Amino acid sequence: MAAVRTRTVRGRVAVYLLALAFAVFAGFPFLWAALTMFRQDSDLYVTTHNPFVLAKPATVSHITDLLRNTPYLQFILNNIVIGLATVVITLALSLPAAYALARLAGRWGERVGIGIFVTYLVPPTLLFLPLSRLITTIGLQDSIWSLIVVYPGFTIPLSTWLLMGFFRSIPRDIEEQAQVDGYSRMGAVVRTVFPLALPGIFTVIVFTFTLTMQDFIYALAFISSSSSMTVSVGVPTVLIRGDVFYWQSLMASAIIVAVPVALLYNLFLGRFIRGFTMGAVKG
Amino acid sequence: MTVTEGSAREVTAAPRRARYLLDRERLLGPALVTPAVVYLVLVVAYPLVLAFLYAFSDVTTGSQSLHFVGFQTFIAAVKDPVFLTSLSNTVIFTAASQFLVVVLSTVLAFVLTANFRGRWFVRFLVLMPWTTPVALSSVIWLWMLDSIFSPFDWFAQVLGIVPPGGHIVFLGQSGLAMGSVIALQTWRIMPLATVILMAGLSAIPSEVSDAAEVDGAGFWRRLFGITLPLLSPVMTVALLFGIVFTFTDMAVVYVLTGGGPGNATQVLSSWAFYKGINGGDLGVGAADALFMFPVLLGLAAIMLRLASRAEVG
Repeated sequence: MAAVRTRTVRGRVAVYLLALAFAVFAGFPFLWAALTMFRQDSDLYVTTHNPFVLAKPATVSHITDLLRNTPYLQFILNNIVIGLATVVITLALSLPAAYALARLAGRWGERVGIGIFVTYLVPPTLLFLPLSRLITTIGLQDSIWSLIVVYPGFTIPLSTWLLMGFFRSIPRDIEEQAQVDGYSRMGAVVRTVFPLALPGIFTVIVFTFTLTMQDFIYALAFISSSSSMTVSVGVPTVLIRGDVFYWQSLMASAIIVAVPVALLYNLFLGRFIRGFTMGAVKG
Repeated sequence: MTVTEGSAREVTAAPRRARYLLDRERLLGPALVTPAVVYLVLVVAYPLVLAFLYAFSDVTTGSQSLHFVGFQTFIAAVKDPVFLTSLSNTVIFTAASQFLVVVLSTVLAFVLTANFRGRWFVRFLVLMPWTTPVALSSVIWLWMLDSIFSPFDWFAQVLGIVPPGGHIVFLGQSGLAMGSVIALQTWRIMPLATVILMAGLSAIPSEVSDAAEVDGAGFWRRLFGITLPLLSPVMTVALLFGIVFTFTDMAVVYVLTGGGPGNATQVLSSWAFYKGINGGDLGVGAADALFMFPVLLGLAAIMLRLASRAEVG
């Protein structure tokens, strides 16, 4: 591995200084948000003292206000329902497709695989206008079902690509042995390959779920009543109310989502990278 | 693992034929792939075709009908003075942020592959801008760049850049607003590029660099002569993804500046949204968005060429 070796003192100092600089650059907005969410109103609107010290005792009243008096929990619930439904659709369609592309397909499979990957490069920005009219035509506007139907459009390509990589890493002998033992092809796959691909499947579940939370443009275009909104659209549109910004609550609304999602990503990041690079390697 | 004889005998004729068919690979493959392909055709390919049709029609949100009007809609879209502003802003937004991303993420990838204490925590912090839903991180930046309560005002006051009690209006002046939007996008895409580059770095065998070191090549010589050239294909992949995600992004601009002040930070995607959804003019909105298509097509072609070259190699 061509890592930077830090044998000299100068080299070590440089690494620590750069690491600190990047940590501050990446983390500063979150630090600022976390400080803000505990501030009292009178503390928030004083601009003369050092802003990195709380001038008044910390308070959680804005967080409880967010949870009790705003539709925030409804947004979260919507995100969970949309995320889970999208995961189900995505797995149901991409598991068989990825298996077939990794194991059964020859020349045509390679082309289909590339075609599926290319659909991932078609951005929502090009599709949201026709889709919004289609959604209205089938009567799903303002419903979370509009998003459940549309999101697999970008989660299936990524999941298929990732799962292809995971399937290719599982030796063929295992399922062939199961077939010799008397299972049908599908029986052998379900009993031997899927359990072995379970880490990959978990990775796909996590990334599908978090990708649905990232979307802004579809949710903004299709949904206009707050009861059907997701966090990404509800926070910047409904919670920023007129001229009075409830900044402590707003910062809390961002941090409450950001921290768990970041923890999840970190747990699965290694597998994600492995799957992504394996998908690109010919089996 | 064996099937008992009894259960095998109980299989009736019809399922047996189904099972037989499923065991035939030539039929099983397409049967497994088709559902996913059909779904993608319905929610991606079909709307994409519709987007082209819209751009040549007079379709609006409320209308039931759709008449083809040739290039009239395109001409109307291009004649709007905001269109050219949006187009050039999109290019500036993408070029500036992705230049910064490439430089910063390369340095960061080297830092994160070095050994130092607290590396996991730095990695965690550095990934957060990417993992946080973009609309939420944009709300955080909106508050951080507030015209009165920004913490940067305090720094500027302490450093004497602005007089005591003075403020920097980040989002209300066109130059600074554009800078803010670029900074947010750089901050948000940097982790993705870093992760891709780290994967690339770990795939470079250390022998080449080691041999050069034995031959007396210094750190910088090895970096620019060996490691960076070997890293450049992976860097291209990271850059292409960054460009796709930035060129078509609208959340950052929509939440942070709303395209303002005036239309100083308006980009193609946010302009298409204002025209198509808020203004109800689907045809003009689609035409605006379609100006991204040639660029995306080019990027996809480059990616596919890279992928096929990797397969040959």
